[in-house]
Amino acid sequence: MAVDLVMAPAAASARAAASIVVEAADLAIAFESGGQRTTALEGVSLAINRGSFVSLIGPSGCGKTTLLRAIADLEQPTSGRLTVNGMSPERARLERAYGYVFQAPALYPWRSVERNVMLPLEIMGMAAAERRQRAARYLDLVGLGEFRRRFPWQLSGGMQQRVSIARALSFEPALLLMDEPFGALDEITRDGLNLHLHQLWRSTGMTAVFVTHSIPEAVYLSTRIVVMSPRPGKVVEVIDVDLAAERDLDIRESPAFLRVAHRVREALRAGHSYD
Amino acid sequence: MIRRAAPLLSVFALLLVVWYVAAVWLNLDLARTLADDDATPRQIWLATLAQDRPLLPAPHQIIVEMWTSIFDHPVTSAKSLVLHAAVTAYAAALGLAIALVLGIVLAVGIVHVRTLDRSLMLWIIASQTVPILAIAPMVVVVLGNAGLTGVLPKALIAGYLSFFPIATGMVKGLRSPDPMQRDLMRTYSASGVQVFARLRWPASMAFLFPALKVAATLALVGAIVAELPTGAQAGLGARLLSGSYYGQTLQIWAALFMASLLALLAVALVDLLQLGLVRQRGGRL
Repeated sequence: MAVDLVMAPAAASARAAASIVVEAADLAIAFESGGQRTTALEGVSLAINRGSFVSLIGPSGCGKTTLLRAIADLEQPTSGRLTVNGMSPERARLERAYGYVFQAPALYPWRSVERNVMLPLEIMGMAAAERRQRAARYLDLVGLGEFRRRFPWQLSGGMQQRVSIARALSFEPALLLMDEPFGALDEITRDGLNLHLHQLWRSTGMTAVFVTHSIPEAVYLSTRIVVMSPRPGKVVEVIDVDLAAERDLDIRESPAFLRVAHRVREALRAGHSYD
Repeated sequence: MIRRAAPLLSVFALLLVVWYVAAVWLNLDLARTLADDDATPRQIWLATLAQDRPLLPAPHQIIVEMWTSIFDHPVTSAKSLVLHAAVTAYAAALGLAIALVLGIVLAVGIVHVRTLDRSLMLWIIASQTVPILAIAPMVVVVLGNAGLTGVLPKALIAGYLSFFPIATGMVKGLRSPDPMQRDLMRTYSASGVQVFARLRWPASMAFLFPALKVAATLALVGAIVAELPTGAQAGLGARLLSGSYYGQTLQIWAALFMASLLALLAVALVDLLQLGLVRQRGGRL
């Protein structure tokens, strides 16, 4: 079932098209291993608008990570169309259009925190002074300025993940892709990072795609939630989150918040996520 | 410090005791034969530890022999153990340098070129089934006939023995980055050279240093064995050989101890290099 989302109609203005950062049409991805074919994604169509925060939510095996990796050109679509900034994912990757935050921090243990953040800047050929300045700015932004000389293993898991977010932000991509970045963290740390991420997104105006299987996290962070179901992975429903733009953690107890969360839960149920 | 040294020292003391007992026992016949007819048992027992050519020299005899052969002769003299050690160390170091270059080049090839991955690794393993230690003297003689003399044949044998741990360690090390660390580089669309320099190479260091320690001792063994054939004028291997010609067991044991000291020194040097890198990396390799 391909849900018609904000697919621009044929007569859409150029302005509307330009505001779409990621667009998928009837996307399918299958993996071949040992002669066995597994369909990870099927008939996925969706569009992600510039400046929005879109969460992909669903149970394990619903293909949400695969979709994110396809956007990042880390997986190849089997059929269908996928564009990032109007280009193929590969071109977009070559133009360094996005920053990616993995499930684990994936920091290089032999580099100090600061040098980890500078890694993409080195690769992109930025001058040393500018690199140091950027690293300082984004480490401050995630609240780790004073830890820049430490090494990854000297930090807690939550701090490491914040370093990896600073690293993804350091080259100021317009699109931030995050694959369950807080999945391995305890709930208290996670709350703090959610608040932090929300404020970061608000202040930078970037587009964010966020994979999670936490309903409160998705509702709290997102402007739009894409609910997915497994076997094969597809989109069940797209839910707009009509909460205030500026949110604090207390909003999670408001009736409006709970209403959206309820809708997400219903959609997950409709997708047989609880079977 | 004392707590850490205690187990080490007690093993050392035990070894000494066993050694002295063995020396008395093994040299008893010799001492009896050489003793005066009216020698007391006590004199014979003491004589077992003071023979010129004992079957098994006592530790203090070896230490005295080392002392005199190190300090009582000028370094340029053929009697100087320092000279022999230096000759061997030079050949081993040169061999290790060859092994380092060869091992790393092979590993880089294997990790980056699929055909090499399929073909080369088997040959590298097969190369180590050649009993190079047994045929090393022959190889040196053959190389000598081909015009290769001096330090080079020795270095080649040392290199042949020691490139293996470096090559296998580096293959493992260059492949050690996990998929996420590699995907990260892909998201930056990093070039192959950048991935090598900023990910694979630094990740391999944790594998290079242990391999280097094994390789350093192997290089020493290779250099010593390559000095055994008649051609070698100097070196610990030559010293071992001439010692066994003339039944100079003290000289043999002094050379053996010197070889162990060299190996310890080599490993300590590698450790020092490693320490430098560890410092740079904030305390971990």
